[in-house]
Amino acid sequence: MTETELLLWVRGPALQIATVIFVLGIVVRIAGILMLGRKKNLAEARGSAVAGGLRTILSRSIPDPGTLQRSTFNVVAGYIFHIGLFITILLFAPHILLIEDVFGVSWPALPTPIVDATTVVTIIALLAVLIHRLRHPVMRFLSGFQDYLVWLVTILPLVTGYLAFHRVGIAPPPTLLAIHILSVELLMVVFPFTKLMHTFSLFMARYYNGAISGYKGVKS
Amino acid sequence: MSASLQRGLNAFKEQIDAPVAAFFSSCVRCGLCANACLFYTETGDPKYTPIYKLEPLRRVWRQEYTFWGRLAKAVGLSKAVTDEELGDWEELVYDSCTMCGRCSMVCPVGNDITYMIRKMREGMAVAGHAPVGLVGATKRAVEIGSPMGVKLPALQAQIRHTETEFGLEIPVDKEGADYLLLLSSMEIMNFPEFIGAVAKIFKHAGVSWTISSEAFEATNSGIQIGVSEIAAELVQRIVTAAEKLKVKSVISPECGHAYMAIRWEGPNLIGRPYSFKVVHILELLDQLRAEGRLQTTGKESQRLTYHDPCQVSRRGGVVDQPRNLLNMVAEDFVEMPETGTMNWCCGAGGGVSSNERADEIRLKAFNRKKQQLDAIHPQAIVSACSNCRIHLEDGLEEYGMDMPVISLTETIAEHLAEDKS
Repeated sequence: MTETELLLWVRGPALQIATVIFVLGIVVRIAGILMLGRKKNLAEARGSAVAGGLRTILSRSIPDPGTLQRSTFNVVAGYIFHIGLFITILLFAPHILLIEDVFGVSWPALPTPIVDATTVVTIIALLAVLIHRLRHPVMRFLSGFQDYLVWLVTILPLVTGYLAFHRVGIAPPPTLLAIHILSVELLMVVFPFTKLMHTFSLFMARYYNGAISGYKGVKS
Repeated sequence: MSASLQRGLNAFKEQIDAPVAAFFSSCVRCGLCANACLFYTETGDPKYTPIYKLEPLRRVWRQEYTFWGRLAKAVGLSKAVTDEELGDWEELVYDSCTMCGRCSMVCPVGNDITYMIRKMREGMAVAGHAPVGLVGATKRAVEIGSPMGVKLPALQAQIRHTETEFGLEIPVDKEGADYLLLLSSMEIMNFPEFIGAVAKIFKHAGVSWTISSEAFEATNSGIQIGVSEIAAELVQRIVTAAEKLKVKSVISPECGHAYMAIRWEGPNLIGRPYSFKVVHILELLDQLRAEGRLQTTGKESQRLTYHDPCQVSRRGGVVDQPRNLLNMVAEDFVEMPETGTMNWCCGAGGGVSSNERADEIRLKAFNRKKQQLDAIHPQAIVSACSNCRIHLEDGLEEYGMDMPVISLTETIAEHLAEDKS
């Protein structure tokens, strides 16, 4: 297989397969959660469950002061790599072009040097997060194979994207780009079966939490 | 697999609903919940991380409700939860969790961990892994009508005593009264002044009320241990008495879990809405205040703080009322750091106080409350849960702190203005 053929395969059939697993997997997971249902609450409500749920979806993005103080590293590093992922995935000009190609929608990109710097910051944040996970007694205790796998498939697209963009390394650019796309496909395939699902399911979790509290007149 | 283990795992499976699945799907093992839990912060032992206390339930969720989990189970790659593991988890689910709900307020993905602990206890109890102390309390609640074994004659004696002391009538079994007052055994045995305080306030405000000789116990061990059938029976006793006496409302006393049981879980346990309302005593007092029916005189000059009972404020929604009431009678009311819905638990709720095995860790965890108190140096603590009260007193003694713990209702009663009539 020549490097052009590899790139064509990666951008063609491989991407299609990964997309199907990604989309179907997420839909099946979310449907599976919803289908379990929940019992109607027969106690007289003091507040609105819906309002509480919607409120918590937003409010949980901000930590309470005690948590910020006690878990400063987790909170700060967490913010950095999440915002970093958002910028590098959705505000990088070539990515927006690809999205426009497939879905026909587009939005303004951030200047490439900013995205480039963000990539470096995000990679550093993810490395720090890994070290923290390995060193912190609670995090090390809670972590299993999946936590490290998810870390790996998250950082790979950042590293391969950075390399592809800067054309460093031994392989010529088409192969680097193919490797970058492959790493994204790996992320997409792993996504629905792991905790990466939190990207979507956290909206449900926060809603349920807020609704349970809101019904009782508590802001959670 | 033993029959009891099978029943326990089946109960886990049945307890898993959409919220539980959403919560487990979302957990990223960030560990932030550890720092929200007094049993972790005061011991530093990672096994007390709230989400870890749910590990057996999480495994059942994975094996029953996820693709890879089901596949791994089918080909024999993942092991079923064992009886021994449930035995190991007993301490984590009962001794070192008061279901205070603080972790549920902190989780960044929004997991209501406490909601899941409550559910997990349903499986633990049927699998035979509930603490001996809690089993005993539950047995007494079913057979005698009180987890502490308090019988009607004991209550009658306290009522007579209170009537003589205050020169007030305590109405018992008065049909057609507006309010039915429930009590906790702890109040009847340790804080009978509460009954007198309520009688005094209700006379002052002109509230029509009664106590039932058939259902006076407000607490619900069935919920703490996690056996819904028993919890439902205990609720049903109150419902039957309330309907028999045709009251408009039932008053939950100064007890956190009693309020959770009768106000929020009750209708769901018996499977139908009530024909009456349920109010916490502080809600009613605040309502009387707002209606101008509660007139007080003089103020406490000492520096007071308020300890929010978890099930009354964070899990119950009665947060502003105690503050409105305290401001009526306190000159120097100071809040602890992290108060209201973020208050730290006394360490003894959720059945921990019925479980002697947990005494040591409960007192260790109290160090969290000590730090909170040390930040503001109050001269007295006001609270609205007799269980909190007893264990705050216990903890203060353990740490050599000299500070009275007083009831908010009793404080209000002491400051009632002379009768308007």
